Amino acid sequence: MPQFDPSVWPTQLFWLAVLFIILVVLMAKVALPPIAEILEEREARIDDQLRKAENLKRDAEDAAEAYEKTLSAARADAQAVLQAVRDEAHAEASRRGAELSQKLHAELATAEARIAEARDGAIAELKDVATDLVGSITERLAGERYDRAKIAATVDAVMREAA
Amino acid sequence: MASPLHQFEIVELAPIHIGGVNLSYTNSALWMTIAIIVVTTFLVVAMTNRQLVPGRLQSMAEVLYEFIGQMVKDNVGSAGRPYFPFIFSLFVFFLLGNLLGLIPYSFTFTSHLAVTLGMAVFIFLATTVIGFAKHGLHYFSLFLPGGAPIFLAPLLVPIEILSYFMRPLSLALRLFANMTAGHTLMKVFAGFVAMMGVFGVVPLVFVVALFGLETLVAFLQAFVYTILTCIYLNDALHLH
Repeated sequence: MPQFDPSVWPTQLFWLAVLFIILVVLMAKVALPPIAEILEEREARIDDQLRKAENLKRDAEDAAEAYEKTLSAARADAQAVLQAVRDEAHAEASRRGAELSQKLHAELATAEARIAEARDGAIAELKDVATDLVGSITERLAGERYDRAKIAATVDAVMREAA
Repeated sequence: MASPLHQFEIVELAPIHIGGVNLSYTNSALWMTIAIIVVTTFLVVAMTNRQLVPGRLQSMAEVLYEFIGQMVKDNVGSAGRPYFPFIFSLFVFFLLGNLLGLIPYSFTFTSHLAVTLGMAVFIFLATTVIGFAKHGLHYFSLFLPGGAPIFLAPLLVPIEILSYFMRPLSLALRLFANMTAGHTLMKVFAGFVAMMGVFGVVPLVFVVALFGLETLVAFLQAFVYTILTCIYLNDALHLH
Protein backbone atom coordinates (compact mmCIF):
# COMPACT_ATOMS: atom_id res chain seq x y z
CA MET A 1 0.00 0.00 0.00
CA PRO A 2 1.36 3.43 -0.93
CA GLN A 3 0.11 4.74 2.43
CA PHE A 4 2.82 2.83 4.29
CA ASP A 5 5.64 3.95 2.01
CA PRO A 6 7.73 6.28 4.23
CA SER A 7 9.23 8.09 1.25
CA VAL A 8 5.94 9.87 0.47
CA TRP A 9 5.33 11.05 4.06
CA PRO A 10 7.49 14.18 4.18
CA THR A 11 5.89 15.77 1.13
CA GLN A 12 2.39 15.04 2.41
CA LEU A 13 3.12 16.39 5.86
CA PHE A 14 4.78 19.47 4.42
CA TRP A 15 1.95 20.31 2.04
CA LEU A 16 -0.67 19.46 4.66
CA ALA A 17 0.93 21.98 7.01
CA VAL A 18 1.36 24.68 4.38
CA LEU A 19 -2.04 24.30 2.74
CA PHE A 20 -3.96 23.81 5.98
CA ILE A 21 -2.43 26.97 7.43
CA ILE A 22 -3.47 28.79 4.25
CA LEU A 23 -6.99 27.37 4.64
CA VAL A 24 -7.26 28.44 8.29
CA VAL A 25 -6.05 31.94 7.41
CA LEU A 26 -8.48 32.16 4.48
CA MET A 27 -11.35 30.99 6.66
CA ALA A 28 -10.50 33.22 9.61
CA LYS A 29 -9.76 36.37 7.59
CA VAL A 30 -11.84 36.09 4.43
CA ALA A 31 -14.64 33.53 4.48
CA LEU A 32 -15.99 33.42 8.01
CA PRO A 33 -16.21 37.08 9.14
CA PRO A 34 -18.98 38.02 6.65
CA ILE A 35 -21.04 35.02 7.77
CA ALA A 36 -20.55 35.88 11.44
CA GLU A 37 -21.44 39.47 10.65
CA ILE A 38 -24.68 38.68 8.85
CA LEU A 39 -25.73 36.18 11.52
CA GLU A 40 -25.09 38.71 14.26
CA GLU A 41 -26.89 41.39 12.31
CA ARG A 42 -29.89 39.12 11.83
CA GLU A 43 -29.94 38.12 15.48
CA ALA A 44 -29.67 41.76 16.56
CA ARG A 45 -32.46 42.69 14.20
CA ILE A 46 -34.71 39.89 15.40
CA ASP A 47 -34.01 40.79 19.02
CA ASP A 48 -34.71 44.43 18.22
CA GLN A 49 -37.99 43.61 16.52
CA LEU A 50 -38.99 41.34 19.36
CA ARG A 51 -38.23 44.07 21.85
CA LYS A 52 -40.23 46.54 19.77
CA ALA A 53 -43.13 44.13 19.56
CA GLU A 54 -42.93 43.65 23.32
CA ASN A 55 -43.05 47.43 23.85
CA LEU A 56 -45.96 47.84 21.47
CA LYS A 57 -47.81 45.05 23.19
CA ARG A 58 -47.23 46.70 26.56
CA ASP A 59 -48.45 50.03 25.14
CA ALA A 60 -51.55 48.37 23.76
CA GLU A 61 -52.20 46.73 27.11
CA ASP A 62 -51.78 50.06 28.89
CA ALA A 63 -54.16 51.73 26.45
CA ALA A 64 -56.69 48.96 26.90
CA GLU A 65 -56.41 49.30 30.66
CA ALA A 66 -56.84 53.09 30.51
CA TYR A 67 -59.82 52.65 28.22
CA GLU A 68 -61.33 50.13 30.58
CA LYS A 69 -60.76 52.46 33.51
CA THR A 70 -62.31 55.44 31.69
CA LEU A 71 -65.21 53.32 30.64
CA SER A 72 -65.94 52.10 34.14
CA ALA A 73 -65.59 55.66 35.53
CA ALA A 74 -68.02 56.93 32.91
CA ARG A 75 -70.37 54.10 33.72
CA ALA A 76 -70.21 54.95 37.43
CA ASP A 77 -70.82 58.65 36.65
CA ALA A 78 -73.78 57.82 34.49
CA GLN A 79 -75.13 55.60 37.20
CA ALA A 80 -74.79 58.40 39.78
CA VAL A 81 -76.45 60.96 37.51
CA LEU A 82 -79.22 58.56 36.72
CA GLN A 83 -79.77 57.85 40.41
CA ALA A 84 -79.84 61.57 41.22
CA VAL A 85 -82.37 62.28 38.49
CA ARG A 86 -84.47 59.35 39.61
CA ASP A 87 -84.40 60.54 43.23
CA GLU A 88 -85.32 64.07 42.20
CA ALA A 89 -88.17 62.88 40.05
CA HIS A 90 -89.36 60.69 42.84
CA ALA A 91 -89.28 63.55 45.33
CA GLU A 92 -91.06 65.88 42.88
CA ALA A 93 -93.72 63.29 42.19
CA SER A 94 -94.43 62.65 45.85
CA ARG A 95 -94.47 66.40 46.56
CA ARG A 96 -96.94 67.02 43.77
CA GLY A 97 -99.05 64.09 44.86
CA ALA A 98 -99.22 65.47 48.37
CA GLU A 99 -100.13 68.94 47.09
CA LEU A 100 -102.80 67.56 44.86
CA SER A 101 -104.39 65.46 47.53
CA GLN A 102 -104.33 68.44 49.90
CA LYS A 103 -106.02 70.59 47.30
CA LEU A 104 -108.57 67.90 46.61
CA HIS A 105 -109.26 67.56 50.29
CA ALA A 106 -109.85 71.28 50.59
CA GLU A 107 -112.14 71.34 47.57
CA LEU A 108 -114.02 68.39 48.92
CA ALA A 109 -114.50 70.15 52.23
CA THR A 110 -115.82 73.37 50.59
CA ALA A 111 -118.06 71.30 48.31
CA GLU A 112 -119.45 69.45 51.30
CA ALA A 113 -120.01 72.74 53.14
CA ARG A 114 -121.81 74.15 50.10
CA ILE A 115 -123.98 71.07 49.83
CA ALA A 116 -124.87 71.29 53.52
CA GLU A 117 -125.70 74.95 53.13
CA ALA A 118 -127.81 74.29 50.05
CA ARG A 119 -129.66 71.53 51.84
CA ASP A 120 -130.29 73.73 54.89
CA GLY A 121 -131.53 76.49 52.58
CA ALA A 122 -133.77 74.06 50.74
CA ILE A 123 -135.19 72.74 53.99
CA ALA A 124 -135.89 76.25 55.27
CA GLU A 125 -137.56 77.18 51.99
CA LEU A 126 -139.58 73.97 52.09
CA LYS A 127 -140.69 74.92 55.54
CA ASP A 128 -141.86 78.32 54.30
CA VAL A 129 -143.68 76.78 51.36
CA ALA A 130 -145.22 74.14 53.62
CA THR A 131 -146.37 76.82 56.07
CA ASP A 132 -147.92 78.91 53.25
CA LEU A 133 -149.46 75.79 51.78
CA VAL A 134 -150.83 74.68 55.14
CA GLY A 135 -152.15 78.22 55.71
CA SER A 136 -153.88 78.26 52.31
CA ILE A 137 -155.30 74.75 52.74
CA THR A 138 -156.61 75.34 56.26
CA GLU A 139 -158.11 78.70 55.16
CA ARG A 140 -159.93 77.04 52.28
CA LEU A 141 -161.04 74.02 54.29
CA ALA A 142 -161.86 75.70 57.56
CA GLY A 143 -162.52 79.10 56.14
CA GLU A 144 -160.66 80.37 58.99
CA ARG A 145 -157.37 82.01 59.03
CA TYR A 146 -154.81 80.61 61.48
CA ASP A 147 -151.95 82.43 62.88
CA ARG A 148 -148.92 82.02 60.68
CA ALA A 149 -146.46 81.55 63.55
CA LYS A 150 -148.61 78.78 64.99
CA ILE A 151 -148.72 77.00 61.66
CA ALA A 152 -144.98 77.33 61.28
CA ALA A 153 -144.42 75.74 64.69
CA THR A 154 -146.74 72.86 63.78
CA VAL A 155 -145.04 72.30 60.42
CA ASP A 156 -141.74 72.41 62.15
CA ALA A 157 -142.85 69.80 64.66
CA VAL A 158 -144.26 67.52 61.92
CA MET A 159 -141.12 67.83 59.84
CA ARG A 160 -138.90 67.07 62.78
CA GLU A 161 -141.13 64.06 63.53
CA ALA A 162 -140.81 62.91 59.94
CA ALA A 163 -137.09 63.42 59.82
CA MET B 1 -6.18 -3.79 -15.06
CA ALA B 2 -4.69 -1.49 -12.47
CA SER B 3 -4.62 -2.72 -8.88
CA PRO B 4 -7.40 -1.40 -6.62
CA LEU B 5 -4.65 0.23 -4.60
CA HIS B 6 -3.31 2.12 -7.60
CA GLN B 7 -5.64 5.03 -6.78
CA PHE B 8 -3.68 5.69 -3.60
CA GLU B 9 -0.40 6.17 -5.45
CA ILE B 10 1.34 9.48 -4.78
CA VAL B 11 2.35 11.11 -8.05
CA GLU B 12 4.88 13.92 -8.13
CA LEU B 13 3.62 16.81 -10.21
CA ALA B 14 6.34 19.36 -9.49
CA PRO B 15 9.50 17.90 -7.97
CA ILE B 16 10.88 19.92 -5.06
CA HIS B 17 13.83 18.59 -3.12
CA ILE B 18 15.15 20.60 -0.21
CA GLY B 19 18.15 19.33 1.68
CA GLY B 20 17.67 15.79 0.44
CA VAL B 21 14.02 15.76 1.59
CA ASN B 22 11.38 15.18 -1.05
CA LEU B 23 8.83 18.00 -0.69
CA SER B 24 7.45 17.71 -4.23
CA TYR B 25 4.05 19.11 -5.12
CA THR B 26 2.05 15.93 -5.59
CA ASN B 27 -1.46 14.89 -6.59
CA SER B 28 -2.24 14.85 -2.86
CA ALA B 29 -1.22 18.50 -2.53
CA LEU B 30 -3.14 19.32 -5.72
CA TRP B 31 -6.40 17.94 -4.32
CA MET B 32 -5.80 19.73 -1.03
CA THR B 33 -5.39 22.92 -3.07
CA ILE B 34 -8.57 22.16 -5.01
CA ALA B 35 -10.45 21.55 -1.73
CA ILE B 36 -9.25 24.90 -0.36
CA ILE B 37 -10.20 26.73 -3.56
CA VAL B 38 -13.64 25.07 -3.66
CA VAL B 39 -14.42 25.89 -0.02
CA THR B 40 -13.14 29.44 -0.15
CA THR B 41 -14.84 30.18 -3.47
CA PHE B 42 -18.09 28.68 -2.26
CA LEU B 43 -18.13 30.71 0.93
CA VAL B 44 -17.03 33.95 -0.72
CA VAL B 45 -19.50 33.63 -3.60
CA ALA B 46 -22.30 32.66 -1.22
CA MET B 47 -21.60 35.78 0.83
CA THR B 48 -21.35 38.34 -1.96
CA ASN B 49 -24.61 40.31 -2.06
CA ARG B 50 -25.34 38.93 1.35
CA GLN B 51 -28.79 39.68 2.59
CA LEU B 52 -30.65 39.64 5.85
CA VAL B 53 -33.02 37.11 4.36
CA PRO B 54 -30.62 34.62 2.75
CA GLY B 55 -30.90 33.04 -0.68
CA ARG B 56 -30.12 29.40 -1.40
CA LEU B 57 -26.34 29.64 -1.57
CA GLN B 58 -26.11 31.98 1.41
CA SER B 59 -28.37 29.62 3.39
CA MET B 60 -26.03 26.72 2.69
CA ALA B 61 -23.02 28.72 3.84
CA GLU B 62 -24.89 29.82 6.98
CA VAL B 63 -26.07 26.30 7.73
CA LEU B 64 -22.49 25.04 7.46
CA TYR B 65 -21.27 27.85 9.70
CA GLU B 66 -23.96 27.33 12.30
CA PHE B 67 -23.54 23.55 12.19
CA ILE B 68 -19.89 23.82 13.21
CA GLY B 69 -20.65 26.77 15.48
CA GLN B 70 -23.23 24.71 17.34
CA MET B 71 -20.86 21.75 17.53
CA VAL B 72 -18.14 23.90 19.12
CA LYS B 73 -20.66 25.54 21.45
CA ASP B 74 -22.19 22.23 22.57
CA ASN B 75 -18.91 20.39 23.05
CA VAL B 76 -16.48 23.09 24.12
CA GLY B 77 -18.69 25.95 25.27
CA SER B 78 -17.92 29.64 24.92
CA ALA B 79 -14.23 28.99 25.67
CA GLY B 80 -14.02 27.24 22.31
CA ARG B 81 -14.84 30.42 20.43
CA PRO B 82 -11.19 31.31 19.54
CA TYR B 83 -10.69 27.82 18.10
CA PHE B 84 -13.74 28.04 15.86
CA PRO B 85 -11.86 28.97 12.64
CA PHE B 86 -9.55 26.00 13.16
CA ILE B 87 -12.40 23.56 13.84
CA PHE B 88 -14.35 24.92 10.88
CA SER B 89 -11.31 24.58 8.59
CA LEU B 90 -10.70 21.06 9.88
CA PHE B 91 -14.25 19.99 9.08
CA VAL B 92 -14.44 21.52 5.60
CA PHE B 93 -10.91 20.34 4.74
CA PHE B 94 -11.63 16.70 5.55
CA LEU B 95 -15.20 16.87 4.22
CA LEU B 96 -14.01 18.19 0.88
CA GLY B 97 -11.10 15.71 0.90
CA ASN B 98 -13.54 12.85 1.36
CA LEU B 99 -16.13 14.14 -1.12
CA LEU B 100 -13.70 15.18 -3.87
CA GLY B 101 -12.14 11.73 -3.54
CA LEU B 102 -15.43 10.24 -4.76
CA ILE B 103 -14.96 11.87 -8.17
CA PRO B 104 -13.57 9.23 -10.55
CA TYR B 105 -9.85 9.63 -11.32
CA SER B 106 -9.44 12.07 -8.44
CA PHE B 107 -7.22 11.52 -5.44
CA THR B 108 -8.43 11.12 -1.85
CA PHE B 109 -5.84 12.81 0.37
CA THR B 110 -7.74 11.73 3.49
CA SER B 111 -7.02 8.09 2.56
CA HIS B 112 -3.38 8.64 3.52
CA LEU B 113 -2.26 7.96 7.04
CA ALA B 114 0.37 10.69 6.71
CA VAL B 115 -2.38 13.32 6.42
CA THR B 116 -4.82 11.98 9.01
CA LEU B 117 -2.06 11.09 11.49
CA GLY B 118 -0.18 14.34 10.86
CA MET B 119 -3.30 16.31 11.69
CA ALA B 120 -4.15 14.04 14.63
CA VAL B 121 -0.68 14.42 16.14
CA PHE B 122 -0.89 18.17 15.73
CA ILE B 123 -4.29 18.19 17.47
CA PHE B 124 -2.94 15.93 20.20
CA LEU B 125 0.09 18.14 20.83
CA ALA B 126 -1.93 21.33 20.61
CA THR B 127 -4.62 20.18 23.07
CA THR B 128 -1.94 18.91 25.45
CA VAL B 129 -0.11 22.25 25.30
CA ILE B 130 -3.41 24.13 25.80
CA GLY B 131 -4.27 21.86 28.74
CA PHE B 132 -0.96 22.44 30.51
CA ALA B 133 -0.97 26.15 29.70
CA LYS B 134 -4.43 26.51 31.19
CA HIS B 135 -4.27 24.17 34.16
CA GLY B 136 -0.55 23.63 34.81
CA LEU B 137 0.21 20.37 36.53
CA HIS B 138 -3.43 20.09 37.48
CA TYR B 139 -3.93 18.86 33.92
CA PHE B 140 -2.70 15.46 35.15
CA SER B 141 -6.00 15.09 37.00
CA LEU B 142 -7.38 14.20 33.57
CA PHE B 143 -5.88 10.76 34.14
CA LEU B 144 -8.01 10.06 37.22
CA PRO B 145 -11.72 10.34 36.46
CA GLY B 146 -13.60 12.38 39.03
CA GLY B 147 -15.55 10.39 41.63
CA ALA B 148 -13.43 7.26 41.16
CA PRO B 149 -12.38 5.55 44.41
CA ILE B 150 -8.73 6.25 45.16
CA PHE B 151 -7.78 2.57 45.54
CA LEU B 152 -8.65 2.11 41.85
CA ALA B 153 -6.09 4.76 40.89
CA PRO B 154 -3.24 2.28 40.20
CA LEU B 155 -5.56 0.59 37.70
CA LEU B 156 -7.30 3.63 36.24
CA VAL B 157 -4.36 5.97 35.77
CA PRO B 158 -2.39 3.69 33.41
CA ILE B 159 -5.58 2.98 31.43
CA GLU B 160 -6.37 6.67 31.16
CA ILE B 161 -2.79 7.51 30.16
CA LEU B 162 -2.84 4.77 27.53
CA SER B 163 -6.20 5.94 26.18
CA TYR B 164 -4.92 9.53 26.13
CA PHE B 165 -1.94 8.57 24.01
CA MET B 166 -4.14 6.42 21.79
CA ARG B 167 -6.25 9.43 20.90
CA PRO B 168 -4.24 10.59 17.88
CA LEU B 169 -3.85 7.06 16.62
CA SER B 170 -7.56 6.21 16.84
CA LEU B 171 -8.46 9.58 15.35
CA ALA B 172 -6.09 9.08 12.41
CA LEU B 173 -6.78 5.40 11.81
CA ARG B 174 -10.55 5.81 11.82
CA LEU B 175 -10.57 8.30 8.94
CA PHE B 176 -7.74 6.67 7.04
CA ALA B 177 -9.22 3.17 7.32
CA ASN B 178 -12.73 4.28 6.35
CA MET B 179 -11.53 6.12 3.27
CA THR B 180 -9.05 3.45 2.16
CA ALA B 181 -11.46 0.55 2.68
CA GLY B 182 -14.39 2.33 1.01
CA HIS B 183 -12.41 3.38 -2.03
CA THR B 184 -10.74 0.02 -2.41
CA LEU B 185 -14.08 -1.74 -2.23
CA MET B 186 -15.56 0.59 -4.85
CA LYS B 187 -12.58 0.02 -7.11
CA VAL B 188 -12.82 -3.77 -6.71
CA PHE B 189 -16.53 -3.79 -7.62
CA ALA B 190 -15.94 -1.35 -10.47
CA GLY B 191 -13.33 -3.86 -11.74
CA PHE B 192 -15.97 -6.61 -11.60
CA VAL B 193 -18.28 -4.45 -13.75
CA ALA B 194 -15.62 -4.29 -16.45
CA MET B 195 -14.72 -8.01 -16.17
CA MET B 196 -18.25 -9.49 -16.15
CA GLY B 197 -19.47 -7.87 -19.35
CA VAL B 198 -23.28 -8.00 -19.59
CA PHE B 199 -23.60 -9.40 -16.07
CA GLY B 200 -21.64 -6.39 -14.91
CA VAL B 201 -24.95 -4.68 -14.10
CA VAL B 202 -25.05 -6.65 -10.84
CA PRO B 203 -21.81 -5.20 -9.42
CA LEU B 204 -22.76 -1.90 -11.06
CA VAL B 205 -25.90 -1.71 -8.92
CA PHE B 206 -23.69 -2.54 -5.96
CA VAL B 207 -21.24 0.22 -6.89
CA VAL B 208 -24.10 2.75 -7.12
CA ALA B 209 -25.35 1.72 -3.68
CA LEU B 210 -21.81 1.78 -2.34
CA PHE B 211 -21.34 5.29 -3.76
CA GLY B 212 -24.33 6.45 -1.74
CA LEU B 213 -22.93 4.81 1.36
CA GLU B 214 -19.49 6.33 0.75
CA THR B 215 -21.03 9.79 0.43
CA LEU B 216 -22.61 9.26 3.83
CA VAL B 217 -19.29 7.98 5.21
CA ALA B 218 -17.53 11.06 3.77
CA PHE B 219 -19.80 13.32 5.84
CA LEU B 220 -19.83 11.08 8.87
CA GLN B 221 -16.07 10.63 9.15
CA ALA B 222 -15.37 14.34 8.69
CA PHE B 223 -17.98 14.96 11.40
CA VAL B 224 -16.52 12.33 13.74
CA TYR B 225 -12.97 13.65 13.29
CA THR B 226 -14.15 17.18 14.03
CA ILE B 227 -16.36 16.36 16.99
CA LEU B 228 -13.62 14.26 18.61
CA THR B 229 -11.26 17.20 18.18
CA CYS B 230 -13.87 19.35 19.95
CA ILE B 231 -14.08 16.82 22.78
CA TYR B 232 -10.29 16.70 23.19
CA LEU B 233 -10.22 20.49 23.15
CA ASN B 234 -12.94 20.54 25.79
CA ASP B 235 -10.89 18.17 27.98
CA ALA B 236 -7.93 20.50 27.60
CA LEU B 237 -9.95 23.60 28.47
CA HIS B 238 -12.24 22.24 31.18
CA LEU B 239 -10.65 18.94 32.25
CA HIS B 240 -13.41 16.41 32.87
